[in-house]
Amino acid sequence: MVMIFSSLRLTADHPLPFQQTAVFERELCKMYHKEKSIQIKNSASALYNNLSVLRIAPRRLTYFTVVHANVVNMVSASWDGLNYSHRQLQSKEPNVATSTSLIMQVAFCVLPSRDLLVVTSQKGIQIYESDGSIMVYWHALDTSDAPTAQAVFARGISAVWDNYICVGVSSGAILVFDVPSKGSNITLSEVLEEHKEPITDIASECSGSQECIADLVSADDGGNLCVWKSGKEFQLLNKIPGFDMSCSSVKLWKGIVVAGYGTGQIHLFEAVTGILHAEVNAHARWIYSLDIAPFSGLLLSAAEDSLVRVWHLTVTPETNSVEVAHLHNECVTDTQICGAKFCDGDGYAFAVTGYDLSEIIRYTQL
Amino acid sequence: MSSRTLPLLFINLGGEMLYILAQRLRAQNTPADKAKKVMNDIITTMFNKKFLEELFKPQELYSKKALRTVFDRLAHASIMRLNQASMDKLYDLMTMAFKYQVLLCPRPKDILLVSFNHMDAIKDFVKDTPNILSQVDETYQQLVEMYTPLSSGEFQLIRQTLLIFFQDMHIRVSIFLKDKVQNSNGRFVLPTCGPVPHGTQVPGLIRLFSCTGEEVTRLQFNNGGNYTAALREGSFETFGDRVTKLGTNMYSVSRPVETHMSGTSKNSAQHTKINTAPNPLAKEELNLLAKLMGGLEIQKLGNADSGFRVNLFATDEEEEEALITRPDELSYGVINIQATKDQQANAELAKIMGEFTESGDQSPSASSKGDDLLAMMDGL
Repeated sequence: MVMIFSSLRLTADHPLPFQQTAVFERELCKMYHKEKSIQIKNSASALYNNLSVLRIAPRRLTYFTVVHANVVNMVSASWDGLNYSHRQLQSKEPNVATSTSLIMQVAFCVLPSRDLLVVTSQKGIQIYESDGSIMVYWHALDTSDAPTAQAVFARGISAVWDNYICVGVSSGAILVFDVPSKGSNITLSEVLEEHKEPITDIASECSGSQECIADLVSADDGGNLCVWKSGKEFQLLNKIPGFDMSCSSVKLWKGIVVAGYGTGQIHLFEAVTGILHAEVNAHARWIYSLDIAPFSGLLLSAAEDSLVRVWHLTVTPETNSVEVAHLHNECVTDTQICGAKFCDGDGYAFAVTGYDLSEIIRYTQL
Repeated sequence: MSSRTLPLLFINLGGEMLYILAQRLRAQNTPADKAKKVMNDIITTMFNKKFLEELFKPQELYSKKALRTVFDRLAHASIMRLNQASMDKLYDLMTMAFKYQVLLCPRPKDILLVSFNHMDAIKDFVKDTPNILSQVDETYQQLVEMYTPLSSGEFQLIRQTLLIFFQDMHIRVSIFLKDKVQNSNGRFVLPTCGPVPHGTQVPGLIRLFSCTGEEVTRLQFNNGGNYTAALREGSFETFGDRVTKLGTNMYSVSRPVETHMSGTSKNSAQHTKINTAPNPLAKEELNLLAKLMGGLEIQKLGNADSGFRVNLFATDEEEEEALITRPDELSYGVINIQATKDQQANAELAKIMGEFTESGDQSPSASSKGDDLLAMMDGL
């Protein structure tokens, strides 16, 4: 992968007024090009992080999921581009014939022993086998204590460590589920009550083999971030206060929290200490999705402003420094983007969904 | 999703309806006193105290069908009559206009400013009629009380709820096509230029900090657009400059009201049936309808002089043509409410039940009148 860009650094000693700076990164070569889109059965709804991708290397397949109101559209795409199969999952409480329940988010959870698909809605949490064939677990949300005007829903999904799946709730609570290596004996292990506002997104790193100080971060509608260490009892390591602006998408990589906000800004914090390492005026509208390709340090950001941007993060623990470089823009004309994910750990390809769009747009590196 | 969405949906759609009707009344050279009566009657009905009380209660959004029925009833709250085709077109225009406003709002919170723009215009329509004016003023208060304390995240949830309601609607509106805010495929133009929202910075700057909080590097990048700094913030009070033009009246005598029906079937065929499944919560919808129908005097159309028809099309022939050629998937499945002299809510509902006993599936397990009605309505 060759990236060529040029930029001039301005140090704090010689600040120049904004208008005078004639310094821009030039993309000497276009980094990604658009591939053939995948058509889906319904259009994507305007929900945060509305795209999930699961790469199944042994079968040379990739699964994509996109939410449309109370339906999950699943597509399985073969790597040779010849075979596509579709499946739809409806959000329904088991044993109740009629229920209108809007889905807030769907995500694949990759654990060392198994892959699962988690669906969060206004009614509760459904966990399926990763191909959507069988539902293995259902957890109903308790609507009784919520004050009537408050919306009740589950949102924010992440696998963490060997055997946990964490799901956020509109009350601010995070439900920790203990997942056995096979079968449906999933149990609610713990409820983390630290956030006071609805959870927007949850992210983790270091699942399985690696040891990390912090392996989970959760974000809420007030922009507050909580950093955790997973275990039989989860430990709260740090709380990073927000600035009254929703943090709609969050990621954790090499001990750095990457948070996207409704103002269009991206902030990078050191997870355990809360030190702000970088602030990016990234988008002109509300950010809807962030993703990181862990092997290359590429960051993907997407917003209501129709733009998807690719960045490069460099984290040097020895000098405790973090660098952010902008690499690439893609404009999805007249579309408010609601989901953007890398399709592989190197960031060789990424996929995008937009409100009212019935396709998954794909881009690959040249 | 958000249980605070319905008042905003109703007020904004109602506002658009009034803009369109005002323009059509002028275009048809309706005598000033009749036009004024129509506007006043509709606004009085819209801001009926009991009705608004019901509307402002925390609840899920009504189904498309129920909401359309409410607006049918509202449009007929005066001596004006609309044929089916004209009512369909009116509703298309109202919904596409509000969808446009919701999408183009720079911040989710700006939907409140759009609502205030509609309210300001409504207030202007009735400024000479003190008793209606006081109803409108009270509604301003309710809006301020209910919405100004909400967080940015809660407004985004309201916006997301509205966008699900408007999903897959791509009806082309002539005035939008002319102004180049809508493409010929029915999708709205989202510009990557202009002022950023209030509270957002123009994209393009990366700042890196040391561990002690000092800025050590500044980098610029190409934002791929042509953005300018944010404008001043609009007023969230009961009066003031709203700054945004979204929600103001875009129709005038020289800019008539038209829609194109062709070329939209492709996209609308993907309508999912979320709002047509029987829903126990929709009993609330019926309560609202009952309050609207039961508590209000229905205008009797005995005298040929007092009642008159408004046409949303240029000629009667066009109106007839539009009814015949309207694509099936765009029909709203409205419950046809016949205006009668009977003012009792129960009697009217019973009449509807009576009218539709032939059609539809009756749910055998329905335990209340509400469920029966719903099952019948959904069978249409």
